[in-house]
Amino acid sequence: MRCITDQNRIARVGRAVLTFFLLSGYMFSGTSGFCEETAGKLDFFLPLPETAVHQQYLGLSTDKPFSLGQIRARVVIIEIFSMYCPVCQREAEKVNALFRLIQSKPALKDKVKLIGIGAGNSAFEVDFFREKYSIEFPLFSDSDFSIHKKIGEVRTPHFFCLSLEEDKRFSVFYSKSEAIETPEAFLQILLKDSGIKVAP
Amino acid sequence: MRSVPISLIGISLIFFSIAGIGFCGSGAYGNKIFDPGPLKPVDSVLKIKTGDKAPDFTLTSITGKEVRLSRYADRKNVMLSFIPSAWTPVCSDQWPGYNLAEEMFRQYDTTLVGISTDPLPTLFAWTREMGGLWFDVVSDFWPHGAVSETYGVLRSNGTAERAIILIDKKGIIRFIHVGDINLRPDLGTLVREMKKLNP
Repeated sequence: MRCITDQNRIARVGRAVLTFFLLSGYMFSGTSGFCEETAGKLDFFLPLPETAVHQQYLGLSTDKPFSLGQIRARVVIIEIFSMYCPVCQREAEKVNALFRLIQSKPALKDKVKLIGIGAGNSAFEVDFFREKYSIEFPLFSDSDFSIHKKIGEVRTPHFFCLSLEEDKRFSVFYSKSEAIETPEAFLQILLKDSGIKVAP
Repeated sequence: MRSVPISLIGISLIFFSIAGIGFCGSGAYGNKIFDPGPLKPVDSVLKIKTGDKAPDFTLTSITGKEVRLSRYADRKNVMLSFIPSAWTPVCSDQWPGYNLAEEMFRQYDTTLVGISTDPLPTLFAWTREMGGLWFDVVSDFWPHGAVSETYGVLRSNGTAERAIILIDKKGIIRFIHVGDINLRPDLGTLVREMKKLNP
């Protein structure tokens, strides 16, 4: 009997170890996956956008750095990009199209917001990327990689999608380091996973 | 009783241990990037200074063309971008950024020459993976690192520093940046320096 109990305990420990390593590998591979821990990694502050248009877009009523939970939306899409990343360069038009697609839908434009964070990019480099691709949504500089390190040094481009609660807490329901297939397909996945209903 | 197969634990351990290898900021290269980890920030002693005449050189580019520095005299400012090694994390994202900024280089009448001590075939394959570059990429492989050594940016392991040398149309060195090899120089700084040559 004692032997069986010990075996059960060993099996439980084994399963726990397996789960830990599988989850760890999944997270650090930077290719896919998220877990409850991810929301904690997104617990950082961003500077208030310089333009009133972007402040208004994010629904910010503060003059201080803000957390992601303060954005007025039900869903926030975060693109981790780099001006230097060839995939991000190729994806820029598609991400612009995603932004325009969301903005074109009255049922979505106030509920789904999109921002970009330039990993290791100075303010100059972020501005250059913005101007090069005529990007309309807010972009932020992470020049010293501090945010990039906090979120697990994901490969770029990486997309996080957060579901926001009224109490400013949020959960992560999408986290992938890969190009988006099409803006339409990405939006469909987002709507399905977030539970937002949109009239056809 | 159900038990956890040892092989599964082994597989997950192996996966976990290799997950960080090959990390590159950009996902453009899949798992083809070799990550040497943090390196000694600077491992050479400069042999040039601003105001010096830039040492001339001729190196072969990945297109087979001979690139001679003095050929640009009276025609273009030249920015030399020495990088340590192909297929490594920081380098693999540096030149694609300059590729995007082509119009800025043109605006300030400056051409760019990328230099590495890697052999030509390596540089050819690596830059192909980037999708091609508008500027010349030349190899300082043989005599190994000779040009890098002349400028004083050859590291003790035979690679070059991550260095930027800006040369004006008279062939005079106007700006030198030998920064931490683990970091990219800010594009904003390079643009400001190019702008100074074209007031």
